[in-house]
Amino acid sequence: MIGSVLAALVIGGAVAAFAIAWRPAIAAIDPPVPQSFDAALVKRGRDLAAIGNCNDCHTVRGGKDFAGGLPVPTPFGTIFSSNITPDAETGIGRWPEAAFRRAMRSGVNRDGQHLYPTFPYDHFTNVTDEDDRALYAYLMTRQPVRAPARANQLPFPLDQRVVIAGWKLLFLRRGTYQPDSMKGAEWNRGAYLVEGLAHCGSCHTPRNVLGAERASAQFAGGDVDNWHAYAINAQSPAPIPWDADALFAYLSDGWHPDHGVARGPMAQVVSNLSSAPESDIRAIATYMAGVFGAPTPDRKRRAEAVLAQAKSPSVQASEANAVGASIYAAACATCHGTERPLPYGGVNLGLSTALSGPDPRNATNIVLSGVRPVEGERSPIMPGFATSMNDDQISALLNYLRVRFSNQPAWPGIAKTIADARRTQTLFLQTSAGPRNAPADATQRDKP
Amino acid sequence: MKAPVILDRRRVLAGSGALIVSFSLADAFAQDQAAPAAAPAPNPPGSLKGSPFLDSWIRIDADGSITVFTGKAELGQGFKTAFQQISAEELDVPFESLKVVTADTRFTANEGYTSGSNSVHDSGTAIQNASAQARELLVAEAARRLDLPAENLRTENGAVISPDGRRLGYGELVAADMLHVQAQPKSKLKDPASFKVVGQAVPRVDIPAKVTGGAAYVQDMRLPDMVHARVVRPPSYGAQLTDCETSAIEKLPGVVKVIRDGNFLAVVAKKEFQSIKAMNALSAVAKWKETAGLPKQDDLLRVLTNLPSQDSTIFERTNPSVIGKQTIEATYTRPYQAHGSIGPSCAVAQFVDGAMTVWTHTQGVYPDRQGIAEMLRMPPASVRCIHVEGSGCYGHNGADDAAADAALIARALPGLPVRVQWMREQEHAWEPFGPAMVTKLKASLDGNGAISDWNFEVWSNTHSMRPGGAGSMLAAQHMAQSFAVPAAKPIPLPEGGGDRNAIPIYKFPNAHVVHHFIPAMPLRISAMRSLGAYHNVFSIESFMDELAVAAGADPVEFRLKHLDDPRGRDVIEKAAQAFGWQKGQKAPPGRGLGFAFARYKNLAAYCAIATEVEVNRETGRPRLVRAVAAVDSGQVVNPDGLINQIEGAIMQSMSWTFYESVTFDDTRITSIDWQTYPILRFNSVPDSIDVHVIDRPGQPFLGSGETGQGPAAASIANAVADATGKRLRHLPLTRKRIKDAIDA
Amino acid sequence: MMTLKVNGQNHEINADPDTPLLYVLRDDIKLNAAKFGCGLGQCGSCTVIVDGNAVLSCVTPLLLLEGKQVTTLEGLGTIEAPAPIQRAFMEEQAAQCGYCIAGIMMRAQALLQKNPKPSDEQIRAELELHLCRCGTHMRILRAVHRAIRLMDTADASSATAGSAQ
Repeated sequence: MIGSVLAALVIGGAVAAFAIAWRPAIAAIDPPVPQSFDAALVKRGRDLAAIGNCNDCHTVRGGKDFAGGLPVPTPFGTIFSSNITPDAETGIGRWPEAAFRRAMRSGVNRDGQHLYPTFPYDHFTNVTDEDDRALYAYLMTRQPVRAPARANQLPFPLDQRVVIAGWKLLFLRRGTYQPDSMKGAEWNRGAYLVEGLAHCGSCHTPRNVLGAERASAQFAGGDVDNWHAYAINAQSPAPIPWDADALFAYLSDGWHPDHGVARGPMAQVVSNLSSAPESDIRAIATYMAGVFGAPTPDRKRRAEAVLAQAKSPSVQASEANAVGASIYAAACATCHGTERPLPYGGVNLGLSTALSGPDPRNATNIVLSGVRPVEGERSPIMPGFATSMNDDQISALLNYLRVRFSNQPAWPGIAKTIADARRTQTLFLQTSAGPRNAPADATQRDKP
Repeated sequence: MKAPVILDRRRVLAGSGALIVSFSLADAFAQDQAAPAAAPAPNPPGSLKGSPFLDSWIRIDADGSITVFTGKAELGQGFKTAFQQISAEELDVPFESLKVVTADTRFTANEGYTSGSNSVHDSGTAIQNASAQARELLVAEAARRLDLPAENLRTENGAVISPDGRRLGYGELVAADMLHVQAQPKSKLKDPASFKVVGQAVPRVDIPAKVTGGAAYVQDMRLPDMVHARVVRPPSYGAQLTDCETSAIEKLPGVVKVIRDGNFLAVVAKKEFQSIKAMNALSAVAKWKETAGLPKQDDLLRVLTNLPSQDSTIFERTNPSVIGKQTIEATYTRPYQAHGSIGPSCAVAQFVDGAMTVWTHTQGVYPDRQGIAEMLRMPPASVRCIHVEGSGCYGHNGADDAAADAALIARALPGLPVRVQWMREQEHAWEPFGPAMVTKLKASLDGNGAISDWNFEVWSNTHSMRPGGAGSMLAAQHMAQSFAVPAAKPIPLPEGGGDRNAIPIYKFPNAHVVHHFIPAMPLRISAMRSLGAYHNVFSIESFMDELAVAAGADPVEFRLKHLDDPRGRDVIEKAAQAFGWQKGQKAPPGRGLGFAFARYKNLAAYCAIATEVEVNRETGRPRLVRAVAAVDSGQVVNPDGLINQIEGAIMQSMSWTFYESVTFDDTRITSIDWQTYPILRFNSVPDSIDVHVIDRPGQPFLGSGETGQGPAAASIANAVADATGKRLRHLPLTRKRIKDAIDA
Repeated sequence: MMTLKVNGQNHEINADPDTPLLYVLRDDIKLNAAKFGCGLGQCGSCTVIVDGNAVLSCVTPLLLLEGKQVTTLEGLGTIEAPAPIQRAFMEEQAAQCGYCIAGIMMRAQALLQKNPKPSDEQIRAELELHLCRCGTHMRILRAVHRAIRLMDTADASSATAGSAQ
C-alpha cells in the first residue's frame, strides 16, 4: 500500500516535473523569403530592436550583426549569445513566428529546450504579440550568417537545461505587460518598454544567489562586465537628480551636461536608442522619472553643496590627498576644470555619478582606459592613464576625486578594484562600444 | 627689366673656383597664377623663364662639391630627393655628391608657391635643363683646355673624360661666373634609356633623420636665447578685443612680454610650458566683442547659390544635329573642409639690426616675405624667409600666418629668436579652409546610349588668397594699423580654382560649362590640395556613372566611349584590368564596386581608380576594402615617391569623402580639434591599395601630388551607390547619411 | 628639481611638476622625436615609452614619472645603427611628411616588445589612437610587419651566434 502510494508520488512527481520541464518542439519551416514581409512591419521591428538593444548581445565586436558568439560572464559560468540571423542551419531561419514568440514569452527555443535567462525573457515576456511579430519580421530580413553556436561554459548540473525549468518556476512571471489604468498613455508606454524590451532592470537591478532579479530591490543597482550599473530609483547616487527632460536628452544623445557621457556598456544602449522613435524615448524618460521619484529638498540641498564644493575645493581635501590633488591638477584639470561644455569638454567631476556612486569600478575603468574615438564621427576622446600611472598613483587620484567631488565616504578596497580593472578591461578598449556610438551634437559652442 | 645682382652674395661666396649664385628679382613667378610673366627674349623651359641664369640653380665649388638650388619647398612629397635625382642624372655625378638647398629668399630663385602640382614640372624642369646646360659648359671648357672636340668627351662621376682617359674634375674646370649665363631655350638632355638614377626608387634623403629623432622640422629649431610665444586668437572672425588686463600675466613665471597690438594678442615666455600657461591665463582675461554672422551650416546649397556671383561660360560646344532622348540632372555639394595638418603651424623669427629673418614652412617664401615686409612696413630686402619643413600642409594652412605672427612678435623683442607655435584649436579654427562648393549637372543620352549634351555649373569662392600681401595674414588683419583682406580673385584657366577640372576631358557633341565665381567668403578659405578639382571630379565622375546606369552601360566602357585622349584611355584600361573589372560584374554581398578617372587640371597627371567598398546595412558604415589605381605622370623621377603620393591621396580623399566637414554655429567655428573634426584612423584602413605607374620616358614631367583626390572620391561614391542602390551626392558620405539612404 | 631617466641617462629637470613630459623632452632635454600634434591626447604624435608601455607624453605630467624610465625614438637607435623598427620604416619608406611617424614607431615598438608576433588586426587596433594626415597608413602597416621579421631575424641570428641574451 505504502509502496504504491510512494510509487504514485514518485511517478506523479516525475510527471509533474516532466510537465514543468518538458516543452514540445515546434516544427521547422523553410526560411521565409525576405520579400514576404511588409516593409512597414520590418521598420517597426527595427525600431523595437533598437530599444531592445538586440545587436549588443547578439554581435561580437568585429563580427557580423546578430550572428551571436558574445561571451557573457555570469556567476555560474560563461554563456555565449546565439545566432539570431535567419541562417537556416545555425540561426533562426527555420523558426516559425510562433517559435520566436514562445522564446520571447517563455524562454524556450524551437526544439523545446529552455533558454538560459541570460537572454532576459523575464523582461521580454512583457512584449505583445504584435511587437513580437514586428521583431520577427525584422530579424528574418537580416543578412543570414553561418555561425554555429559556441558551447556555453557551465559546470554540471547547470549545463543541463532542464534545471532552468526550476528557475522559471520560481522567478518567471509569464505574460504580456498589463497597463495601469490610473496612469496616462505615455507613462504606460514607457512602463511597457522599460519592463519589457528595454529590459533596464537586467543591468540596473541587483540579483539573488540564483541569478534572478530581486523584485523588492527593483532598479537599486546592478553589475555588468565589471561595470556598475547605477541605482536608477530613489537611491540614485547622481549628484544632480534626474528628471524626465534630462533622461530624454541623455538617452537620445548619449550625454547630458549635468550628468556626463554614457560609457561602458551603456554607450551601446544609447547608441541604439538614438535611432529609436522619439516618442518612445520620451515615454521611457517619463516612466523612469517616476521611478527616480521627485527629489526631496534634502537631495536638492546636497546637490547644491556638491556643486559648490567642486568649484572651490576644500583645503583639507587637497592637503590630505596632496599627491592625488597634484595629479588631478596636472593631468585632469586641463580638460575637466576648464568648463568647456560636454560632450567635448571633460565633464565637471562634481556632476559625475561615477564619483558619487557606491562602487569605484566605473571611475577606475574610465581613468584606465579613457574614452576611445568613434570612427569618423564627432565624439569625445579622453586619453587613458593605465600606462602612465601606476596603481599607487591611480589610488591617490581616485581617493582625491572622491573627497573633492563627492560628499560620500571613502571607497574601500581601491587597490583591489584597480588591479581587477586592469585585468578585466582590455587596455584601451571596453569603454567604447564598437563603431556605433551616439553621434554627438555637432554645434557645441566653446564658451569663454 | 632685370634687377641688379646682389653684391653681398659675391662677398659671402668669394672663392676662386666657386660659382656665385645670383638671381633675378624681377617677375615674382607666382605658381597660383596661370598667366606667366613676360619672358626675356630666349624662352627657357620651366622656372628658368623667371630665373634664367644657370647659377640660380647650380653651384659648383672648387673642391667639386655641387649644390642645387630650388625655389620650391619640401612638403613631405620627396621633392628634395627628386630634384637631387634629376640634377645628378643630367650632371652625371653620383646622387650622394649633391646637396639641395630649398626655398630661401637669400639663395634661391623665386618660384612662387610650391603648389598646384607644378613643382616637378617647373622647378624640376629648370633644374634638369640647368644641369644639362651646366654640364655642356663644363665639357666645353674641358674641350678648350684639352684642345679636343667636345663631342669626343664624355662625363662620368663628376668629371669630364677624354678618349685617352684624361680626367678633369668639375671642380678643376669651374671658373668664376662660368655658370652666370642665361639658359638656352633648349638643352641637350640625356636619353631616358640611359637614365641611371631618374626613374629609380631612390630612398628619400629626409627620412633617416625623421625616424631617428634628427632635427627635421621648423618645430625642432632651437636657437640660442630662443623664447616661446603663444598667440591668443579672437574667438571668431572680426572679434574686437574690448578689454584685457595684462599686468597679472606679465608677472607669471618666465613671462618676458605681453604684446597687445589692436586685436593681436600674444605672450612670450622663456620656457614653452610657461608660455602655454600664460596663454591660458591671458585668454581668460581677454574680453571680446563678437560680430561674426556665419551662415547655417546645413543650408550651404542655398546660401552659396544665392550669394552674388560673377558668372562666366568657360566652355561651350554645340552640335545641334545630335539630339538627346533622355535627360537626367543632379546637384552635388561639398562642405568646407580643413587641411588638418597634423602638426599645428609654427615659425621662428629674429629681428637683428633692422633685418628680419623668418624660418617658416610656408609654401612660398617670396610672397610670404612680401607680405611680412608690407605688414611691418619694412623694405622687402630687409626681410629674409627661409623654408624649413613643417608637417604636411596640403595647401594654404596656417603656415603663412604663423610666420607673420612670429615676425610681428620678434620685432617687439629685437635680438631674440622668437618661436611661435599654434595650438591645435587655433589651427583648426583659423586655417583657411577648402571652400564649400555646389555643382549642378544636366545631361542627355542619345538613342545610342552616348551623351548628346552636357551642362555643368559650379558655384565656388576663389580657391586661393595668395599671394595676398599683408592683408591675407591674420596678424596684419588683427593689428591696430591693420591691413584689409584683399579682394578675392579667381585663378585663371587653364589652372582654375573653383573651376579646376570643371571642363570635362570627355568629348561631348554639346557641352556648356559655367563658373559662378562667388567673391564673398563667409568663412576664411584658400587653397587646399587639388582645389576645385576634388569636387568637380567627384561631380563629373559620379554623374558619368549615373548616366552609365541610365544607358545600361558598364561604367568603364561608358567612359572609354567618350574619351579620345590615348593616355587617358591607357590609365583607365590599366586600372580596370589590374582591378579585375568585368563588364556585368556583381560585387560580393554587402559590397559595391566603383570607378573614376580624371586628368588633373586637364593638363597634369592622369589617374584612374577602381575601388571596392563594403557598406554595413545595419549601421550604414562604409569601409574601403581595396583600391587599384593607375597613374601617368610623364617621365617618372622617383616611382616610389609617386606611388607614395597616390596612396596618400587615396587615403586622404577617402577621409574627406567619408567623414569631413567643418562645423560652425552662427558666430564661431566649432570643429576645433580631432573630437569635433574626426578624420581617418587605422581601423578604417583598407586591405590593400595598389598603384600602377605608367612610365613615359622622355615625356614632360606631369604634376601628380593632387591627381588622386578627385578620382578617389568619385570612385568611392560610385562604389557606395553600387553597394546600396542609392546615390549620395552630398559630401561627406557619412555613415548616418548612408544609413538614412538605405532606410528610405 | 627632479631627476628623470631618459634613454638610460639621468637628467636634472628644472621644470614645474605639472609640465607635460612632451615639453620636458623637447624644451628641457632638447629631443626631437616626440612631437606636439594636439596636446590633447587625441593624435598620438607625442607617444614615448615609459617602463615598457606606450604613453601619450602630452598628457603625462612630470610628477607622474618619479622613478620611471622613459624611452624615446632617439633611444632606440641612430642613422648609423638603427633599431629594427627604424630600419623597417626606412626600408619601407614609410613616411610622407613624417610628422606622425615617431609616435607611431614608439607605439609599435612597445607592442612588439610585449607581443613579438601580433596579427595585422592587432596592429591596426593598437594604432587606433594615431592619426596620419598624409595617408601613409599602408606603408606604416607594412613597416611594422617588416619590423616583426627584422626583430625575429635579429633574435634568431643572435641566438645562433651564441651571444648571451
